[in-house]
This record gives sequence, structure tokens and C-alpha cells, in this order.
Amino acid sequence: MRTTLTVDANEAVAMVAYRLNEVMAIYPITPSSPMAEFCDQWSAEGRKNLWGTVPSVVQYQSEGGAVGGVHGALQTGSLATTFTASQGLLLMIPNMFKIAGELSPAVFHVTARSVATHALSIFGDHSDVMACRSTGWAMLCSASVQESVDMALIAQAASLQSRIPFVHFFDGFRTSHEVQKVEMLSDDDLRALVPDALLKPLRDRAMTPDRPVLRGTAQNPDAFFQAREACNPFYAACADKVQEAMNQFAKVVGRSYNLFEYVGAPDAERVVVLMGSGCEAAHETVDYLAAQGEKVGVLKVRLYRPFAGRAFVEALPETVRSIAVLDRTKEPGASGEPLYQDVLASLAEGLAEGLGKLKRMPRVVGGRYGLSSKEFTPAMVKAVFDNLAADKPKNHFSVGITDDVSHLSLPVDASFSTESDKVIRAMFYGLGADGTVGANKNSIKIIGEGTDNYAQGYFVYDSKKSGSMTVSHLRFGPEPIRSTYLVSRANFVACHLPMFLEKFDMVKPLITGGTFLLNTPHSKEEAWSRLPTPIQEGLLAKQARFFVIDATSVAQASGMGGRINTIMQVCFFALSGVLPRDEAIDAIKKSIKKTYGKKGEEVVAMNIKAVDNTLEHLHEVPLPPKSNGTGDLLPPVTSNAPKFVKDVLGALTAGLGDDLPVSAFPADGTFPTATAQYEKRNLALEIPVWDEQVCIQCLKCVAICPHATIRAKVYDEGDLKGAPGSFKSVNSRQPDFKGRKFTLQVAAEDCTGCGICVEVCPAKNKAEARLKAINMQPQAPLREAERANWDFFLGLPELDRRKVKTTQLRQQQLLRPLFEFSGACAGCGETPYIKMVSQLFGDRAIIANATGCSSIYGGNLPTTPYCVDKTGRGPTWCNSLFEDNAEFGLGFRTSIDKQKQFAEELVKKLAGVIGDDLATALTTAVQGDEAGIHEQRERVAALKQKLAKLDSPEARLLKPIADLLVKKSVWIFGGDGWAYDIGYGGLDHVLASGRDVNVLVMDTEVYSNTGGQMSKSTPRGAVAKFAAGGKPMGKKDLGLIAMTYGHIYVASIAMGAKDEQSLKAIIEAESYPGPSLIIAYSHCIAHGIALDRGVGARQQKLAVDTGQWLLYRYDPRRAERGENPLQLDSSAAKTKVQDYLLSENRFKMLTKSRPEEAKKLFQQAQLDVERRYKFYQFLAGREGDLRTPAPEPVPQATVDQQP
Amino acid sequence: MDLSTTYLGLKLRTPLVPSASPLSEELDNIKLMEDSGASAVVLYSLFEEQLRRDRLELNQHLEHGTESFAEALTYFPEPDEFTLGPEEYLKHISAAKQAVNLPIIASLNGSSVGGWTEYARLIEDAGADALELNIYYIPTDPTLGSTEVEDTYIEILKAVKAVVKIPVAVKLSPFFSSFANMAQRLDVAGANGLVLFNRFYQPDVNLETLEINPNILLSTPMAMRVPLRWVAILHGRIKASIAATSGVHRASDALKMLMAGADVTMLCSVLIRHGIKQIGEIEKEMANWLEEHEYESVEQLKGSLSQKNCEDPSAFERAQYMRAISSYPLPPA
Repeated sequence: MRTTLTVDANEAVAMVAYRLNEVMAIYPITPSSPMAEFCDQWSAEGRKNLWGTVPSVVQYQSEGGAVGGVHGALQTGSLATTFTASQGLLLMIPNMFKIAGELSPAVFHVTARSVATHALSIFGDHSDVMACRSTGWAMLCSASVQESVDMALIAQAASLQSRIPFVHFFDGFRTSHEVQKVEMLSDDDLRALVPDALLKPLRDRAMTPDRPVLRGTAQNPDAFFQAREACNPFYAACADKVQEAMNQFAKVVGRSYNLFEYVGAPDAERVVVLMGSGCEAAHETVDYLAAQGEKVGVLKVRLYRPFAGRAFVEALPETVRSIAVLDRTKEPGASGEPLYQDVLASLAEGLAEGLGKLKRMPRVVGGRYGLSSKEFTPAMVKAVFDNLAADKPKNHFSVGITDDVSHLSLPVDASFSTESDKVIRAMFYGLGADGTVGANKNSIKIIGEGTDNYAQGYFVYDSKKSGSMTVSHLRFGPEPIRSTYLVSRANFVACHLPMFLEKFDMVKPLITGGTFLLNTPHSKEEAWSRLPTPIQEGLLAKQARFFVIDATSVAQASGMGGRINTIMQVCFFALSGVLPRDEAIDAIKKSIKKTYGKKGEEVVAMNIKAVDNTLEHLHEVPLPPKSNGTGDLLPPVTSNAPKFVKDVLGALTAGLGDDLPVSAFPADGTFPTATAQYEKRNLALEIPVWDEQVCIQCLKCVAICPHATIRAKVYDEGDLKGAPGSFKSVNSRQPDFKGRKFTLQVAAEDCTGCGICVEVCPAKNKAEARLKAINMQPQAPLREAERANWDFFLGLPELDRRKVKTTQLRQQQLLRPLFEFSGACAGCGETPYIKMVSQLFGDRAIIANATGCSSIYGGNLPTTPYCVDKTGRGPTWCNSLFEDNAEFGLGFRTSIDKQKQFAEELVKKLAGVIGDDLATALTTAVQGDEAGIHEQRERVAALKQKLAKLDSPEARLLKPIADLLVKKSVWIFGGDGWAYDIGYGGLDHVLASGRDVNVLVMDTEVYSNTGGQMSKSTPRGAVAKFAAGGKPMGKKDLGLIAMTYGHIYVASIAMGAKDEQSLKAIIEAESYPGPSLIIAYSHCIAHGIALDRGVGARQQKLAVDTGQWLLYRYDPRRAERGENPLQLDSSAAKTKVQDYLLSENRFKMLTKSRPEEAKKLFQQAQLDVERRYKFYQFLAGREGDLRTPAPEPVPQATVDQQP
Repeated sequence: MDLSTTYLGLKLRTPLVPSASPLSEELDNIKLMEDSGASAVVLYSLFEEQLRRDRLELNQHLEHGTESFAEALTYFPEPDEFTLGPEEYLKHISAAKQAVNLPIIASLNGSSVGGWTEYARLIEDAGADALELNIYYIPTDPTLGSTEVEDTYIEILKAVKAVVKIPVAVKLSPFFSSFANMAQRLDVAGANGLVLFNRFYQPDVNLETLEINPNILLSTPMAMRVPLRWVAILHGRIKASIAATSGVHRASDALKMLMAGADVTMLCSVLIRHGIKQIGEIEKEMANWLEEHEYESVEQLKGSLSQKNCEDPSAFERAQYMRAISSYPLPPA
């Protein structure tokens, strides 16, 4: 039985792939991760495949590992698959050559995604699959969610028939995450195309000692070439096998496909050729234009490899005069992008051999579109056709951007639209946390599965992890929806958070007579006058209908907290008329019961209550004749921002990035730092307010603040001149700063309101113990005054770094953070560590950052949090890859050391000119503390002055590297996915090298950035993705492994439990002249804790108090002094580990899903903790000579073994 | 020595019954209780409120942070099913019934009328031999009168009695304006037994953190004085069985309670402190004492020193020190 589902392509493909495979090797990478997650979950639940057995799903340490696992499974005769994208696919390439070379049938399902070049991008294009062209894999492309279902099966059948392995790919996000109504294939369909008989050859070829063979030989020049050519017949037959599978599919299922699919006027003169989701937009455009008599068509490429040239030319109408080939990739330096080249070659060969109906070579141009999910709209398709109609069509063009540098882009008439009136188009601007997207997905399900209508949903997310905006684009209509582009002409627009309306013109996409719905705390009488003027004017100009509801109050009254999703969903149905009102409400209620039923009656009841409470609060506001709004929309960045920030980053922030031309961007991916300060996000409903009388000035709040929005300064009384009236100041309580003033100041407009500062505050009000030295209060009434206070605070002088005792938290936290206002989650557990490093060493730090959360909140446009001090110095930062970060950092170290050494050699050579004293001082300087650094900087300044007057070759060489004479601090940042899994081999190598690098592992015990997949750091018993049944194995002890070398500084820290120990460890690690590894407990949203309510630090303390997390420092220098290098900073557990486990959903949910397993694993977890503590106690208690030869402080001119 | 007694209509080998505590969460402990001579076991309490909270909390954690960030649309795998109701508790009842040959008394703390009746029925279906209603809340609302509070107890009991056939005991606190009246009302409403008394979490002040930390302290023998008084007063005046709990640590404590009129004595703190095997020691001592003092059976001893049967009934009513206690007995009031 086939079923109709509304799903995205990831889920749809997984439903086919799961049934058709026995072994799955998985590893998370966006946007493919959900396919692996579904399969892992189904396997954990015992769901069976087509042959009645539960597939084995195994996670690997990297995509390179996963493909090795697949290769092994294929060699031993299993049906095996994996799911991946982008760099992940690239890591598979070596093995893909092997698998194809061995003619092993398999299908990999790939969500095509940009490969990182000048920048990383998680979005869709074909650069990854194009990088696999030479592997010998067949490539089959799906253009829509329905096609992805169908091609997943066709690829499997064709692969088994042809013995050629297949990459089945579809566009990342645009297809992988687009929700569409599709027909799901039945088991009978699958069986018809993949009968049991196809398994036999697979099993017959399997390696087995019962019929031994040998594969993977090494061959010499006498054999390799001929042997390589031996596979030709299989490739020659492959395309036909695919077409046969397609034909068979059509017979069984009814949908017919061809290798190349032509759509359009039968007598088309102009044709575009492309593949992927763009085909749908092109199809829609061609239908529209052809209906108007235009002689245009589109040729959709389904099988890209092997490229069946004959089928290609045969698919083109005889009348074709010109062809535009569109590639969703870029190959700089090539004679054209790959599909363009394939088309040219096929046409040339086809005409030469008299194939097809064409009589003469058409004019062929190539162009690029849609890189990194850039919009590809009918207007752009039309622009491509218009180009073809020109006398001299532009070749090697781009479409969808304005290229004012190379002038390659085509002009696009943005007003061109093919959207049908029969389609209802709706847009919803929601806050990530309010459940908008979930509700919209649900609405699509209701309409898709409950009516004859087709439905489509696509969701645009923020790159910030706190206070993020989501935009949902929904379409409903009686015919299949091919609009693979965002809604830009909406019948219905809803704003779920009034604050967004102050920044974004949401009325712009509304059509005349459309409906605008606003969630607002204001009454229907007041709501109009509270709108920004441009919004009012837009509504008036468009004669819109304007509705309001105070959904937040309705949600609160219904027990839903901040989740207004159900309420806004009811409003949408009530106003859009997609369904009769009562029918819609009935359907919503049914769906609530289905969705939430398993979570208990209370959850169902509160949602139903919200539905019932909605309509009486929904009001129409009649539009007055004139606007009387609150003024202009707020600027995206502050008025003091530099020009680049205003013009470029500001446009990106305002959602207008698509309008920026090529010239606006740096050509090599280099961006200024210190830009997050200009983006005042005003996220917090409540902010901490300082009670200076209660405060003991311990600065724990400053240390733990994830966003550097609470800071302290010590300054002279005279500096208070000109302070705003509400600026608070008290005497410093620290003896070292006796007689000076102290202020704790909050950046009200940057604070996320997580409250972790209040949580860690140890000072309580003596008269009213519920109050502390900082207390949360509503932000809005404080905003103006605190803005002035913050500005004044920033202007207060910074302390002289030489006079700060950095080993004391209460002094160290007075240092200016050089990492501020990141896009990390409210309450993030990672960023306080980065901030501490930035305070201590930021002015001379160079950071290698592994891909993951820290690279996203650290380096995702528009603005970046790393910033500079008053001298302009600050951390310099780069992300290479996920897997190579340690090596990348070692590269920094060796390069810097080399240049420093060279600089010293030049200084010595120039000693006679610059003075022996200066030369000696420069080359022998001890830079062990701030004073030492300061003095060396002064020497370098003196050197530069002298060099300015010199013109010798040595001086010219020395000038650009003179600053390297000041000690640089190399930091390697990453999460546990990197350090424990994908980057572990490299990390181990770099630590073993003995070079002076500082590794900070922010250990969240899961792959946080991709949604919480298990890593080898995940503790026993935790539920994570890929460990749906609770992780049965214990956590890898990375620190212990590193300690076995003896020469590595190792620390395990948890700032929320013991901040002073964290500080000590970070300082010791940096000062150690060899490799250092700091493993930092980082509480995380993926732990299932109330992160946004500041509980993170409490969880850290609980982890340490129960022994779940150990605090220790291993310093090889201690062994040199005859002491035990290991210091255990944790005391024995105060309570059972269960107390900690049950306080985090990642563990607790196992007691609700698998109570028996939970009991067993929790008992083992207790044993883990006890055993580990005893072992560390033993290690820390050893006596005798524990020395390990220490590394040289800075290895000179050595040839290092590179990884 | 015949130690047998009858409680809630159940014929028990001895009057020593482990009361509701975390000890009975483990099946092995229940087996050990049987091996050590327990005559019945009261299981740990099923708290409806805890289940409700867990459900809401789970929903919140599964939804938190979802559909906000493109790379992480969710943070947890979501299984098809959760065990969010009393399933685990019910399974535990069945498992306990299978594992031991003892009456199993389930314990229920509801937070809604629907919860009380539904869970009571499920508990009966799961095979429990009896049910102990652990009714306790702190009425802090100053507008709530004592009658309303008392009526709530009666309503819950009646509602539960209406849906189950197994005997139902009510575990109470002594904090009623007229406890004797309350006991009688419950008796009339159909309680098969009264369990005297519940011990609760009590708040404590942490001087260092300036926080209130509610916790429970294990009982000492001193704690038995309050139940001793009320057991003695109620014995013979109500039809319901009486279980004495709080502070029963030694055989002598149990004997005193029985003499006051308890049908069973319940053990908790002593088992947590000294281990479950202590039941056997107490039984041995009790039997020895009875033999030494030439009693024939526990039945003979039960209530022998209740208010009705003791020499000086006013001793149970004396609440304050009296300077001159006359040796001349006053006529009964």
C-alpha cells in the first residue's frame, strides 16, 4: 500500500534507503544528518528492512571512516549505504575510487552542499558531487522531494543491475529540508525493482574464507592500465540499466522518468539544461512562457554520470537553436563548468555521428546559478532565456547576483512572476523558541494529508543560536507545486514577535489585499499606532487586512509558556480560508492528540486549551486612512559602525544581503574582527541589575557570562566625570585597588537574559535572601539608561595589564574580553572559556578553530565576536576544516616559530646597525608575563623605528616580521566531535610533536552544532542521536591518554564548578612551553537542561560533586621538580551520580523510554565514576621519579614529521 | 509462638511489615524482606504529581531549542513511545507478586481526583493485595477551613473505595484539629485501615547558602510516642485496622505499639540504617520476649494497654506536666 505523506526529502529518502539496506555507516554532517538519525532511530526501535531483518547502523569517527565501513560491508556481500554531503563526501573520495574500481553496487544518498572555499557554507550546491566526477560512480539527481523517493529506489535497482555504485543526490536544504506532499513507495514497489534474485550475485561475490579470493592487489605498469580498462563494458551498459529501471518503475508505480527529461514547447528554439531543484523552477517558468507562445524548453538531467551523450542529444527537439547550460557549482580556471563541458562534448560527438534530431550545432553558453542555496527564481530563468535570445548571448555568465567586478551576471527583472492565483502563499516570521516552524510543518501535514491540496513548506533559519528568527514559506494549491524558491508574493504574512517588525519590512512581500497578522501585547485599538511608520504605509498602500492577537498572553493562560505556535496556527487557518474554520480546528486538535499523545495528557490538554482560547482573542483592526506610526525601522547596526560594517554587514543583518554586489565582498574571505558590537540585538526580556551594596566584587558573574555582557572595571574617582546620573560606582573592595572605584556594568542591548550570572552570584541580600548582588529585571524600561551607562563604562580606562594579578579571578576578570556578543546559545557553556583565554592572551593569540558550534558563533557572518583592544590588537582566527584543526594549529606554530627564528637571525645580522644591546635584548627576552611582553613590544617598537631608516636587504626582510619577536600564543579550539572523533588522529600527532600549542576542547559530550549526535565523549547512559537507546559504552578518557606521553600538560576543568581551577589551568597550559590539552566541561542545550534559565553552572557543579566530571591538572614541570605531575582538584564524590543523571534530560529520558536499560546503565555509570576516581587518586599519589624528558622550549630549525 | 495478626483483612504471619520506602524499589530487596521474615510489604509510593511533572518537563526539554537553527533542528531522538504513566510502578507490583509469596500493599499519592481513582484501579489490576492511600499536602491557603481539608480526605477515600475491591488503608498525619473525629470519619467512609503516622520532608535552613533545604531525617525511637498515643486511643473504637509506623526500631518498640492496639507495626528507618535483615532480629527478640513473659500470641497482646484497657486511661490524654498527680484515681469522665 502506498501512502501519502508530507515529509522532507531527508525523511523520504531514509524511508526508502532503510528498507533497501542491511548495513549503514553513519556520521553527522549538515544537511544530510537527519537521514542517518532516522535510520539509527528506526534500527534502535527494531524496525525491519524489506527482507525482514533490522539493519545494522553504526556510527564512525568520520566520513572517511564511514566509507571504509561501507567498503568492508560491500566486500563481504551486504547491501550497504551511507548519507553525507560536502566535505564529508570529499573525505569519502579515496574509497569511492576503490568501491567503483571493484564494481561493488551501492547507493550513497547525498544532500548536495557547497564545499568550503573562501568560507564554509552549509547550504546547497553541486560543488561536492562535482568533485566526485572522476571516482567512477554513477550519479543520479533528484529535483524534488517526490523524485528523491523515486530515484532512491531507481538508483538501488540500477546499481545492483549494473554493478556500478551510485551517488543519489538532491539539493541540500532546498530539497533535503523542503516539506512536500509525496506518495511513499510500498514494500511491493521496492520488491518489484529489487527482487531477491538481485541479492544472489552480491552474496556470490562476497569475500569468505569458504571461497577465498584476493582483492585490492598492487599492480605494476604491465597490468594496471589494461585492468583499469576492463570495466568499460559495465559503464557502457549502465545508462541503459538506469533507463530500464526507470521503465520498470513507471510500469509498477506509474511515474515515468528518463535519463534526460525534456519539458516545454515541442518546437523550442531556446533550451536551458540543468539538474537538481532548479529544474522545478525552470519547469514552472517554461510552462508559463510556452503557454504564452514562447518557444522555450528545459532539459532536466537526471543521470549525470555516466553521461549518456546519445540520450542527451536525442532528448533535444529538432528546432533548438541555442542552449544555456546552468551549473550549480563553480570551477575557477576551467574552460567552463562541468555540465556545460559535458553538453558541449555530447553535442559535438552527437552531431559528428548523426545522432538525434539536431541538424546543426546550436549556440551553447554556460552559466552559474544558485551557489550555496542562492535563490533561483522564474525571473532568473527568464533572464537566462532572454540572454539566449540576444544576438550575442553572454557566456560563462552568472545569474541571481549582481557581478560588478567581472560583469558576468545577467540582468533580472525581479517583477516577473509565474505564481498562480490558485496557490495560497503564506509567510511566517517566528522566534526560534516559539515553535512557529513546528506548527507550520504541522499545518502542511494537515492540509497535505487531510485534503486533496498539494502543500509545500520551506524554512529559513538564522545563523545565530540565540534569539534567532525563522521565516516559514508555505504554499498550498490544487496542483503540484514546483516553486523551488522562497515566497516573495504572499497572500498571508504573520509576524509572531513584534520586535522583529521594528527591524524588518514584513509587509513588502504582501500582495494587494493580502492579510497581515501580528502577535502583539497591545489592544486592537492601540495596535495600529504602535507599528513602525513604513509598516503602516505598506499596509495602507496594499489595502491589506490587518489582524492582531495577544498570543503570548493566550499561551501563558493556557500553560504553554512562550510557545505561541498552536495559537498562531489556529489564526492562520481561521484567516487564510485554506480549510473551513471548524474543519480546520478539528484537524488541529486531532493532530495535537497525535503529536503530543505520547508525551502525556497534560501536554495535549494545554495545547487544546490554547486552541479553544484563540479565536475570541483574534481581532481585525480596521485601517485608518493615514499613518501615525512610531517612525522608521531600526537600523541593523549602530550609527557608529565603520563603513564596511554599515554597508555590507549591516545589509546582511537586515536580510538584504542578496542585493549586495560582488564588489562588496573581499575576494579571499578576509573579514574585519570586532563587528558584533555594532549589532544591538536587544534579545533579553530581563537583564541583570547590579545591587552595589550587596556585591562582594568576586566577579564570578563576569567570568561565567557567555556573551561578555557583564563586565567590571576598577578606575579612579576622577574618571567618573561626566558619568550619566544612573551610573553606579562604589569603592573597590580589593586591597590592591584601595582608594579606587569599582563598577559592574551590563550591556543591556547585548545581554541574552540567560541569568547564569545571577545563578552563580554567591552574595545574598541580608534582609531578603531571595535577592542577590545582581537580580533580573525587565529590560525595556532600563534600555535607554543602560545604553548610556554602557557607553560611559566602555570609555573608562582599562587597567594596566602589568598590574593585574591574573591568577586571582577577581582581578583577572577585570581584563577586557576580546570575544564578545557571539551568536552562541543563551547560557552557552563553551564561550566563557574562550572569553577567559581572550582576556589573558587575546592580544597575542592566533586561533585555529575546528568546525562546529565554536566556528559558527565565532565566525558566521554577518558579524563576528572576536574583537580588539585599544591598541588594535586581538585574536586572529581561522577555521580550516573539521578534521584537521590540530594540524592547522601546528602549522601556525611552526610557521610563527620559523619566522621568529628568521627575525632573530636578521636582528643578529643587523646588530651592528641597530645596536648590540637592543639586538641582544630582542633575541634573549624572557616573555613569561605581561611585563615581559610589554617590554619586548617596546623593544620591537624601537627596532621598527630604526628599521624605518634602513634600506638594507636584511632590514626590508625584517620589517614585516618584526612583530613575530613578541611571543605569540597558538590556540587550537574545538569540540569533542573534533577532538575525540574526527580529529583525534591529528590531535594525537600534534600533542606528540612536543610543540608549544594550546588545545582547548570544549567538551559538550555530543556533536552540538549538528544537533546532538553521540561522540566518543558521550557518557554512558546518555541518550543522544545515534544513541537513541542510551550510550552503552563509557566515555573515552582523552586526558588520561594524553598523560601517558608524559610531556603534555593536561587539565580537566569545569568553570561552573571551580572557576579558580579553570583559570589556573588555562594560565599553566599557556605558560607550558610544550603542548597543552585542556578539556573543559561545557554544558549545552543538547544536555536537556534549562540552558536559557542559567542552570548550566549548577549542572557543572553537580557533575563535579557526584564525580561524573573530574577536575585535575597534569603538569610535566612538576615532575621536573620531583613532584607528582598530577594534581587531583576534585574531592571524592559527595553524592551518587544518579543525582546528576536525573537532572539532565539526556539521561533522564532513558528512564522514560527504556527504564530497564536506564537502571542498568546508571548503575554502571556509578561504577565508572568510582573506578575512575580511585585510579586518578592512585596516579596522583604515586611517588618517586616521574620525570619525562621535557620538550625544548622552541625547537629550532628542525624537520618535523608532519601528520 | 503465634505471632500472626490480621491487617486490612489479610492474615499475616507476624505484625512486622516494611513500610513504603525507596528500599522496595528493588526487587532483590523485596525478596530479602521475605527471606528476613516480613509478613507483607508496602511498596514505595507512586506520586501522580511527579509523573505529571516529568511529562511536562520531558516535553519542554524535547521542544527546547528545536526548529531554530538550520544544522540542529532537534537535539534528541524521539522514540515512538515513552513510559510516562504508572506503567513502571504497575510492572513492579506484578514483578513483586511473582517474586515473593507475601501480600503486596501498593502506596499511592494522587494529585487529582481522576488520578486517585484511575491509578487505584490500575494498581488493583496489577495484582496488589491492598492499597495504602498516602494523602498528604500542606494546606497553606489561609482561606481554606479545616472542614474543607478534612472533606477532601473523605472524598478521596470514597472515590477510591468506589472503584476498587481490594482493602484500602489511609496513611495520615497527626495534624488535624480533632484527630479522633477524623479517624472516625474515615472509618465510617470505609477505610479498611489507618496508618499512623506519615513522616514528611521538613524544611531546614542552610546557614552558609541561605537556602531552605527540605529533607527527611531517619526516625529515632522517640518518634513512636505520637502514634503510640493515637493507636491506643483509637483501638477498639474504630472498625478499621491500625498500623503503627514511625520510630519502631526494636522489638520492644513493636511490642509497645501492639499493646497499644496496633494490628501491625511498620518498619523503615531501622531497615535503612541496619539493613533489611534486621526484621528477622526484631522478630526473634519479639518472640523471645513474648515467651519469657508467657504470652500465648500476638493477638492476646494486641490492645492490652490501649486507652480502653489500660489502668489509667487519662495517661493517654495528658498533654502537660502536672505538678501534683494524685494517686487517687478519679472516676471516669
